[in-house]
Amino acid sequence: MTSKINAMTGAEATAEAMRQVNPDVVPAYPITPQTPVMHAFASFVSDGLVDSELIRVESEHSAMSAAVGASAAGSRVMTATSANGLALMFEIVYIASSTRLPIVMNVVNRALSGPINIHCDHSDSMACRDSGWIQIYCENAQEVYETSLFAVRLAEHCDILLPVMICQDGFIISHSVERVETFDDESVRSFIGEYRPKHCLLDTDNPITIGPLDLFDYYYEHKRQQAEAINNAREIIPKLAAEYKGHFGKDLNFLESYKMDDATDVIVVMSSTAGTTKAVVDKLRAEGKKVGLLKPRLFRPFPAHEISLALKGKRMVAVLDRSDSFGSMGGPLFSEIRSALYDEAEKPIIINYIYGLGGREMMLDDIEGIYNEISCINSQPEEKVKYFGVRE
Amino acid sequence: MSDENKPGWKTIPIGGMILEAGNAEKYKTGDWRTFRPQRDHDKCTNCMICFMYCPDSAIPLKDEKVDGFDYDHCKGCGICAKMCPVKCIEMKDENDFKD
Ligand code: SF4
Ligand code: SF4
Repeated sequence: MTSKINAMTGAEATAEAMRQVNPDVVPAYPITPQTPVMHAFASFVSDGLVDSELIRVESEHSAMSAAVGASAAGSRVMTATSANGLALMFEIVYIASSTRLPIVMNVVNRALSGPINIHCDHSDSMACRDSGWIQIYCENAQEVYETSLFAVRLAEHCDILLPVMICQDGFIISHSVERVETFDDESVRSFIGEYRPKHCLLDTDNPITIGPLDLFDYYYEHKRQQAEAINNAREIIPKLAAEYKGHFGKDLNFLESYKMDDATDVIVVMSSTAGTTKAVVDKLRAEGKKVGLLKPRLFRPFPAHEISLALKGKRMVAVLDRSDSFGSMGGPLFSEIRSALYDEAEKPIIINYIYGLGGREMMLDDIEGIYNEISCINSQPEEKVKYFGVRE
Repeated sequence: MSDENKPGWKTIPIGGMILEAGNAEKYKTGDWRTFRPQRDHDKCTNCMICFMYCPDSAIPLKDEKVDGFDYDHCKGCGICAKMCPVKCIEMKDENDFKD
């Protein structure tokens, strides 16, 4: 295995992974901030660097429909979208997972309208959290690149066969140039291998039907199978990650603990804000403060057990959510974590900060402010959900 | 509640896939019917228009003649009765055939 250091944006890292995967079919429709992913990939198609059939459709609903059709036909399929594009796909997003089609989609996170906004928050992918897709969130372009390769194997695993959504923060990751280590084509291709579906529509010797009407007598059984398949990912991910490490010599960590060992006060946050938080943890650690960061990457299936283990014995936990779940008991990440902690005899104090909606910036000082604020909290406050950085 | 005679989630193909070709025949749609077509053989000219129009292929042919109805699959839509040029198909209330 050889590797190369590049200066790349998250979008370019996504497109580079797609070039190496060389999927059979890529149906796509442009939407900010996903556009540079498809822009770069379309150049690879024009330059003859991939064999992929790039289908330029008239909407995202058609993009996901074409992805479903191509995947059912037996192709390896990748696509990418953002925000309202994902919302327009929504109907077919559910069909992809329930039909058990291993499509890999990069979601460049952007706030859902309205009011219309093009900047980052997680409302788009979080709206799909019950859709039966595996969801992995990325902190930086490196994780985006590597996860895009890993996701192909994960989706196509015979005990999973589910689509995978890889999420990167719009503009913050997709448009920022970073150091990205990429692997050589040969190593990538030998890792992902060839896609040989057990059943597909183009296998004319074994004709099958995909997507028939499924009423009260079988629909429920198929939903139960979906629940099993996504839960299977819990055991399969560490095995595939071990294989990945053997192949590329790199760890793929789906729940990162940063300076957690002796930490008393912890921030839990996903995606690019985790990177900012690391810098703050370093600064506060230098001042002797026992702070830590827990960065979940896998959101579906939700690693409830691993998260409660990681938070065991902590004094104070602040969960940061980059989307709201209006009228519920907090943001999506907070609700899941609080539920995960229910089984623990000793629970930490836990509060939720909703932050960064519509691309509202989250700077080092902001996160330091949160660490300072939570250090003064000594008992479970009545008000569990706070809106951080919003004007009163 | 669920029908215990049907196979469970551990054994059926995933994602609603049907792995057997042409098995729609096994799915009896006849019990969806509320009206049952009945043909007056004396008036029938054997023009086969009903055969061509039936959306469920529920009008069998035998020796180049229309041969009754396949009541396992006829959903009772009434298209055959509507299209019959000599109006020799009557749609009768399914309840009249219940024992
Ligand atoms: S009623 Fe409809 S389904 Fe039944 S035989 Fe006539 S056309 Fe076919
Ligand atoms: S359409 Fe009427 S006349 Fe013609 S074959 Fe059918 S029943 Fe007989």
